[in-house]
Amino acid sequence: MATTILQIDDLHVSFQVYEGTLRVLNGVSFGVDGSQRVGLVGEAGCGKTTTMRCVLGILQTPPGRITQGRILFHDKNLLKMSQGEFQKIRGSGISMIFQDPVAALNPVFTVGDQISSVIRYGGHQKASAKAIKARAVEALHEVRLPDPERMFASYPVQLSGGMRQRVCIAMALATEPDVMIADEPTTALDVTIQAQVLRLLDALVSRHGTSVIFITHSLGVVREMADWVYVMYAGSIVEGALKDELFERPLHPYTLGLMAALPKLTGGGIAEGIPGRIPDYLHPPSGCRFHPRCPQAAEICRGERPQLTELSDSHYVACYLHWGDCRA
Amino acid sequence: MNTQEQVVPQRRLERLRKGWYKFSRNPISVAGLAIVVVVAFLAIFAPYVSPYPAHAGSFVDFATSASAPSLRHPFGTDAFGRDILSRVFFGLRYSLTMGAVVLSLVVLPGVVLGLLAGYYQGTWIDTVIMRVTDIFLAVPALILALAVCSVLTPSAFNAMMAVSLMWWPWYTRLVYGLATSLRHEFFVQSAEVIGASRWHILFRELLPNCVSSIFTKMSLDMGWVILIGSSLSFVGLGAQPPTPDLGTMVADGAKYLPDQWWIAIFPAVAIMITVLGFNLLGDGFRDLFALEEV
Amino acid sequence: MIAVRNDTLVVEDLKKFFTTTRGVVRAVDRVSFALGEGETLGLVGESGSGKSTVAYTVIGLFAPTSGRMLFEGKDISKTVWKRPRELTQAIQIVFQDPGTSLNPRRSVQQILELPLQVHRIGTRHDRKRRVIELLQRVELPEDYLYKSPHMLGGGERQMIAVARALATGPRLILLDEPTSALDVSIQAKIINMLLRFQKEMHLAYLFITHDLSLMRNVATRVAIMYLGRVCEIAPTDKFFRNPTHPYTQMLLSSIPVVSKEEEAVKPAQIVSTGEIPSPVNVPPGCGFHTRCTVCSTPCSESEPQMVEVEEGHFVSCLHFPPPADAESVQTR
Repeated sequence: MATTILQIDDLHVSFQVYEGTLRVLNGVSFGVDGSQRVGLVGEAGCGKTTTMRCVLGILQTPPGRITQGRILFHDKNLLKMSQGEFQKIRGSGISMIFQDPVAALNPVFTVGDQISSVIRYGGHQKASAKAIKARAVEALHEVRLPDPERMFASYPVQLSGGMRQRVCIAMALATEPDVMIADEPTTALDVTIQAQVLRLLDALVSRHGTSVIFITHSLGVVREMADWVYVMYAGSIVEGALKDELFERPLHPYTLGLMAALPKLTGGGIAEGIPGRIPDYLHPPSGCRFHPRCPQAAEICRGERPQLTELSDSHYVACYLHWGDCRA
Repeated sequence: MNTQEQVVPQRRLERLRKGWYKFSRNPISVAGLAIVVVVAFLAIFAPYVSPYPAHAGSFVDFATSASAPSLRHPFGTDAFGRDILSRVFFGLRYSLTMGAVVLSLVVLPGVVLGLLAGYYQGTWIDTVIMRVTDIFLAVPALILALAVCSVLTPSAFNAMMAVSLMWWPWYTRLVYGLATSLRHEFFVQSAEVIGASRWHILFRELLPNCVSSIFTKMSLDMGWVILIGSSLSFVGLGAQPPTPDLGTMVADGAKYLPDQWWIAIFPAVAIMITVLGFNLLGDGFRDLFALEEV
Repeated sequence: MIAVRNDTLVVEDLKKFFTTTRGVVRAVDRVSFALGEGETLGLVGESGSGKSTVAYTVIGLFAPTSGRMLFEGKDISKTVWKRPRELTQAIQIVFQDPGTSLNPRRSVQQILELPLQVHRIGTRHDRKRRVIELLQRVELPEDYLYKSPHMLGGGERQMIAVARALATGPRLILLDEPTSALDVSIQAKIINMLLRFQKEMHLAYLFITHDLSLMRNVATRVAIMYLGRVCEIAPTDKFFRNPTHPYTQMLLSSIPVVSKEEEAVKPAQIVSTGEIPSPVNVPPGCGFHTRCTVCSTPCSESEPQMVEVEEGHFVSCLHFPPPADAESVQTR
C-alpha cells in the first residue's frame, strides 16, 4: 500500500477584489503517493496554479485567503506552519519547475551560481564550495546538458529554451525533494524540444523516485507523463482516475467535452467545444459549478455540490450521473 | 438611444469609483493627496485664509518684528514684523504657480517629441530629436537657470522660463523609452496593418499607454520644480522682495538662526511638506492607472 | 505544374533576410506557394522556421528582400504603407498573442471601429451598428462594446481580434497561431467559427501554427518549414498518409496524443534529437542535416530541391533527387 506523501483536503480559497469576493477554490481534495506521478489537468482559470501556490506557501495573502482546508505533507499541516518551518520544506521537500524558463532563471547570475545556491540552501549549508560545485556539475550532467563544466559558468541568456528548462529541472531535483511540482514545464517549448524534455523528465523522475505533480492544460502531455490524472474545473476536482482508465472511459461531462474538443491526428473535424464560459467566481453557480454548461444537467445538480466519490479503485468522479454506480 | 445616454455617465461614475478604490488602497497615497489638496487650497485662497493678507506686500511694523510664535502669530513674525503664517500661504501660491506654469509649458512639447522620436526610431527624426535632447540634458538644470536668470533681469517670470527650458527633455526621454518598446507590440502593428494614419498611431495607440508614467512624473516634478524655484529665490534670482517666496524667506531667515529659528524653519518645512505631498501622490497615480488583472 | 496566376495569393521565391549585429538572419529563404479562394494552407514549423516572418511579409509589415508576392494577380511585394487602400482592406491578420494584439487602453468599440474609420466604411452613425453586428457574428453580447481588453479572457480577446479582421470584408486572412495560447475548448469554438466564416465568405486562410493535429482537421494543404525553407508541402490527406521528409516525421513523432489510434498514425522510428540551430547560423547544405537520422555526406554540401513524390505532394530532401530531365518545379 503506497503511502500518501502530500494530501490536500477540502481546500477553499477566496480573493478579495473591488467587486466583492472571488470564491476560487471550492473544496479541492487530492493526494499524491510516494513515487507517484499525478497529472492535474484543467483549463485557464480553474484554480490549479492557485492550489499549487498554497502548497508552496506563496499565495499572495491579501487579496488571497485560505478559508478552509488542510494541506498535509508527511502528515504535517503546511497551512499551520510558520514561515521558518516552511522555508525548510520549500526547495528540499517540495520543489517546483515553472512554465517560463526565461523568467525562472535570474539573468545576472551564472547557471552554476543558481544551482549552487539551491543546493546550499536545501540543507547543505555546511558543505564546502568545491563539494557543492561537484554536485551542481553532476546535476547538470544528469539533465544531459552538453559540457556541464562550461554550462556551470554560462549565463542563462546564452542557452536555448530547452536547455534553460533542463537547468530548471536540475535545480528542482538537486535537493532530492519528495515532491516536485511541474507547472506547465513544456508549454513554452517547441514540439520537438518538448518531446526531448519530457523524455528526460520521465527518466529522471524514475531514477530519483520523486513524486511529481504535472500541471498542464494539455491532455496529450498528461497522457505521456502521468500515472494518475485529476481533472479540475472551476475550483474543484471533477474526476480522477488511472491514466489509461481516464482516457478509455472518461465519465464526467466536462472531461468528455474536453476530449471531444481536442483535434485528433486521425482527423474527423473538431467538435463544437463546450458551450458557455467558465463561471464568474463572484457569483458562482450553486451546486455543481459545471451544471450551466452541462448537456446532461439535472435538478439535483443545482443543489449541493457532488463530492468526488469512488467508482472503483482506479476511478473517482464528482457527478450525480454516476451516483448509482459509486461505491457507498 | 435613451438607455445609451443613461449608460454613459453611469459607466463614467463607475470608472471613477473604481479608480478611487484602487487609489485609496494605499494609505500613503491618500495622505499625499490630502497634503496636496490642503496646500492647493491654501495657495488658491491665500488672500482669504491668511490672518494678515496685507503682510504679503510691503508692510513694516518694527514693534512686532522677530517675535516668537504666539496665538496672534502662529508662525511668529520676521524681521520686518510681517506675519510668517500669511507669508507662507502666499509663498505656497507662488511655488504652486511656478510648478503649474512650468509643467503646462513643458509637458506637451516634451511628450510629442518623445513620441515622434520613439516611433521613428532609427531614422533622422530620432537622431535629431534625441541629440538635441541630450544636449539640453547635459547641462545641469540649476546652473542653466542661474545663467539665464543672471543674464536677464531677475524676476519670477524669467525664473519660470529658465526652468521650463531645462525641463522638457526629461519628458522626451521618458516617452521615448516607452514608445520604442511599445511600437513593436502587436496592437500597434495591427493598427499599421489596418492602414491607420501615423497621427492615429502616435496619439491614439501609443500615447494612452504612456499616460500613467507621464502623470506620475508630473506629480514628482511638481516637487522638483518647487525646489528649484526656491533655490533660485534663495540666491536672489527668482521672485523679488517684497513678494513672499518660500525660498527667499528661508534665505532671509537663515541669518537669524538659531535664535529666531522660526523665520527660516517654517518656510523650509512648508517646502518640505509640499514636495512630500506631491511625491506621495505620484506613487498613487501609478496605482490609479494600473490595469486590473483578470 | 504552374501556379494559377489569379490565385488569391501567390508567393514566389520569397526571401527575407535581416542584418543584425550577430550576422545575417536568413528568416525566409526562397519560399514559394500558392493559395486559392476558400482554401486553407497550414504553414507549420517551430521557432526559427520563418513561418511568422512569411506572414508578416505578406501582410506588409516587412518588405521582401527578394522574390515576389501576388494577390489576385496584383503585385504586393512592398510594405503596407506603399500598398493601395483596397489591398489593405482585402488582406487582414489575426496576431498570435491575445494579450498584446488589442490596445489595453482602448475600448472594444474603439478597436472595432478603427478599420471602419480608416477605410471609410459606413457613416459615423452607422458604424456603431456595424460594430454591434461584428460582435454578434463572433457571438459576443452588445455590452462588450464598453469593455477594455484587459477585462476579457484570452479567448474573448481573440474573438475580438477575429471580428476586427472581418470588419473590412477581406478575402485573405493570415492567422498567426491564433489559438496557441488558448485552452482546448475555446480553441474549438474559435476554429469552428473561423471555418464557418470561411465557407460563408469564401475566405482564403494562411494558417501559421506548430500544431499538426489542428492542421489535420482544418487545412486543405500543409507546408512544413524549417530554418526558412519549405521541407514538404502536400494536400492534407496525402501529407498525413505519407509523411516523407525526415523533419516531418520527427515533428509527427513528437506530438503527444490522447488515443491509441493516433499513436498508430505517428511514425515510431524517428525520435527527436538535437537543438534547433539559430537562423543566424543556418547549417550549410540541407538545414536539417545536423539532426537528421538518415542524412549522408552530400546533405551538408548541397541544398536539396523540391521534388514531386506524388501528385501535389512535394518534398525537399536529397534522398529524393529530382529526375534528370525536370525543370525547376513550381509548387502549387
